[in-house]
Amino acid sequence: MDGLILSLILILIKLGLIFGVILTMAAYLVLAERKVLARLQLRHGPNRVGPFGLLQPLADLIKLLTKEDFLPEKADKWLFLLAPGLAAVTALLAFAVVPFAPPLTLFGRQIPMVVCDLNVGVLYFLGLSSLAVYGVALGGWASNSKYALLGGIRGLAQLISYELSMGLAVVPVVMTARSFSLTDIVLAQDPVPFALIHPLAFLIFLISVAAESKRIPFDIPEAENELVAGFHTEYSGMRFGLFFVGEYINMIILGSMTTVFFLGGWSGPLLPPVLWFLIKVLAVSFVFIWIRGTLPRLRYDQLMHFGWKVLIPLALFNVVITGGILLWMQNP
Amino acid sequence: MNFWRDIKGTFEPFWVTLRNMLRRPVTVQYPEQKRTPPERYRARIVLTRDPDGGERCVACYLCSAACPVDCISMQSTEDENGRRYAAWFRINFSRCIFCGLCAEACPTLAIQMTADYEMGNRDPLKLVYEKEDLLIDGGGKDAEYNFYRHAGIGVANRRGGNEDEYGPVDIKSNMP
Repeated sequence: MDGLILSLILILIKLGLIFGVILTMAAYLVLAERKVLARLQLRHGPNRVGPFGLLQPLADLIKLLTKEDFLPEKADKWLFLLAPGLAAVTALLAFAVVPFAPPLTLFGRQIPMVVCDLNVGVLYFLGLSSLAVYGVALGGWASNSKYALLGGIRGLAQLISYELSMGLAVVPVVMTARSFSLTDIVLAQDPVPFALIHPLAFLIFLISVAAESKRIPFDIPEAENELVAGFHTEYSGMRFGLFFVGEYINMIILGSMTTVFFLGGWSGPLLPPVLWFLIKVLAVSFVFIWIRGTLPRLRYDQLMHFGWKVLIPLALFNVVITGGILLWMQNP
Repeated sequence: MNFWRDIKGTFEPFWVTLRNMLRRPVTVQYPEQKRTPPERYRARIVLTRDPDGGERCVACYLCSAACPVDCISMQSTEDENGRRYAAWFRINFSRCIFCGLCAEACPTLAIQMTADYEMGNRDPLKLVYEKEDLLIDGGGKDAEYNFYRHAGIGVANRRGGNEDEYGPVDIKSNMP
């Protein structure tokens, strides 16, 4: 009985900690993005609120909370209210399977540094990223506005297409690690991270992840110049904030997934494992921001062609080659 | 085949943006750092004075006629010597577009543009400047100039009596 309560308390502490860290990180990722983007464009970025603009996320939060929560007259009320939550929660839930450190021994018991070490973690992650499409699609649909609808449709098509190549890029990793559990995948990359063993899969995964997070150059669901703000055109106040923060949580999640699948997870010399994990996630986030500051937005047809005609065949080819090599290594 | 050109065109920009990230931003941090405006910058309008200290403005209405947004208004009057001046002179800066046409139109160099651009205000009525707000002590850009020493009717000198002026023409004669 005591053991049950203790493990319950430990889980709650872990949950609270992860929740707090991720939300804070998402808020500060917004600031970091604005800062880095500004520097890429020879500007300063936000530097007025607090020292170096460090309180900017707080100011943004207060602004969003105090803004009017507007509901368009002919919107589908319940779906409209639900969609932002869907976008943020699906992003947040995916972190449940991400192992961010090796198991810790505390009070004579082993505590895995992951909320839930599912043996089908990869599938859980892929499933949740499919669910994340609903936030975009329903938000765009329920707004009853042509821009939002167009953005929702585009988002739907884009996310479904790129999920495919993302899933296919993970297959070689799963084949090499011989497990769907993310902890096992990290452990399988002990000497050499999978980015070096599967460079093609890594590249495809990185591109698909950039598309999956709906960021420039793949931000056609919200393409400002064409669709005002795409699927969240009609949203204001904290509901827009949820979409917005969901995007950045998504960026952290996808960054952690890249870290887990290809960059060797928490492993690294000298520094503690958690720090290594954080550094890798932030490095991936920086690459995303860098890409955003560099490349222009793709056209809708270019995006679809690139996904279906280049990435998916390439990923399939990669799966076949990897399978062949693995077979050959088993019985040469 | 443009394939290699496309690859190069995709990856070269990353180097460009990274290089720019390490450069200093070009932004001027305004309230702390201020740029020196150019000499002929057009901001707050002033009414200047003669070297002798008299008002230059002769209330000819040319500035208010030239003003495209009609923000200058005045009332002309004369003193006992027949010298014209403005009884009141008003510029509504909440309407002014700082085009500088008034300063160009002014025959006596009275109305001039200055480089003082920090005159923002939350109350539009505080942007209506009266004559005493507009008048300054100096001569502005051409401090030595004195209109009545070169032209004008009988205020500083008698008609045509200034050094660079001809006397009145005898209209009864056609001899030069």
